Amino acid sequence: MNDKLLSMDRLSIGCVAPPAGSVENKTGAWRAMRPVFKQKDCIGCRACELVCPEGCVAGNAKEKKFDFDPDYCKGCGMCAAECPKDDIDMVREEK
Amino acid sequence: MAAKQEILEGAMAVAHAVARCRPEVVAAYPITPQTHISEELSQIVADGELDAEFVKVESEFGAASVCLGASATGARAYTATSSQGLMLMGEVLWNIAGMRLPIVLACANRSVSAPLSIWCDHQDAESVRDCGVLQLYAEDSQEACDQHVIAFRVAEDRRVLLPVMVNLDGFLLTHVFEPTELPDQALCDAFLGSYDAALKLDPANPATFGAFTEPDKCMEGRWMIHDAALRSLSVIEEVSAEFAKVFGRPSGGLLEEYRSQDAETILIAKGSICGTIKDVIDQVRDEGKKVGLVRIKTYRPWPKDALLKALASAKQVAVIERGASFGAGGVMTPEVKETLYDAGKVIPVSGYCVQLGGREVPPDGFREIIDRTSKGQRQKAYEYFRLRTEILPDLVPTK
Repeated sequence: MNDKLLSMDRLSIGCVAPPAGSVENKTGAWRAMRPVFKQKDCIGCRACELVCPEGCVAGNAKEKKFDFDPDYCKGCGMCAAECPKDDIDMVREEK
Repeated sequence: MAAKQEILEGAMAVAHAVARCRPEVVAAYPITPQTHISEELSQIVADGELDAEFVKVESEFGAASVCLGASATGARAYTATSSQGLMLMGEVLWNIAGMRLPIVLACANRSVSAPLSIWCDHQDAESVRDCGVLQLYAEDSQEACDQHVIAFRVAEDRRVLLPVMVNLDGFLLTHVFEPTELPDQALCDAFLGSYDAALKLDPANPATFGAFTEPDKCMEGRWMIHDAALRSLSVIEEVSAEFAKVFGRPSGGLLEEYRSQDAETILIAKGSICGTIKDVIDQVRDEGKKVGLVRIKTYRPWPKDALLKALASAKQVAVIERGASFGAGGVMTPEVKETLYDAGKVIPVSGYCVQLGGREVPPDGFREIIDRTSKGQRQKAYEYFRLRTEILPDLVPTK
């Protein structure tokens, strides 16, 4: 029922969107600061992945490699603040 | 079929009327003077008389949020609150209206702090006037009960799909015992049917409620609330007419015209205060003066056309309010002026803030307002009626 009524181009009653419709809105453009995952001292604790409010940090704990998704990262810096090894820097986003 | 009148407390009667509307989820937090509604509903559910989930929540924010979630899954949801509780629901009410979820709630109207008061005025409900929740106002317990049945039907109508709030004056209606006829269960079932959501949260058919919209779409989303609220005017009339036919009581509708058809001086008010005003109008009518009352039963949507029609014979109007907009004037008074102005009808309109925080105005007060208004002279734009200036401090403290 829902899929017949929902699209990203036309609004529905109540502005109900298709499933995962929110990913159409790429919030990465809001970013002023960008995380740089140095991948030097990473211990694979996944803190960066778990604290990200946008769910846009992903990686591999075994390989101790994490990175962010530039389409959605708003540059809040929580990953950098929480990293126990200071292995993430925040740098000014320049275009 | 013939229902019988019982002597019931207003809040208890409302609880039983709501139960007969068969909400599937009820979530509420106690607050005076609403408490008896949710308390009694909780008892009704506990006694197994209503097959509903009664969710005990930590706050009114929680109560409104539970109702939002329940309604989004397609369940019929209900809550009730007052004053500070309605304030705490504020953010969620905007979401409920924006997501077009047809929950019904009661507001047992009570003053908003500070100063702290548990007594009646309409400032709580009027504070959420603009959020897209439709607002009905009852004059007595019977109407408060019946308007709940009408509210569910209007809210869930696919031409509307908006939350509806039934307002009943705190204490004056919630705690008063009146002969009340509860809506018959079988008639209620037939009148309401079950809620059939057009869009809902369903794991088998996923959807995103409350998603982000960019500036190119958000305004259209807001406009659709306005459009639906305007459309609800005719739906309220239609549903109320059907209610009157089925249940035999004219409890719904946009407004009531009381001896106003040929009146030159017309008072406009809403809520239980209208009972007193009607008595005064009867007295003044006995003296041969052409005075009447237009009682606003539907405040949102604003019944502009119906009001204009009801004011056809008016030469002067007084708006009696239990509210105010600090730094501006009245709340309903400017809306009455706009209604008249837009129709090119320029007559004196006086606004009176008569009752805040439970202040009562006896019949002679309304008599005074009628006398002053009948003279046709424009009073102050908005007057705090019988303000006790003798107890005021130095308004600009020097030391």
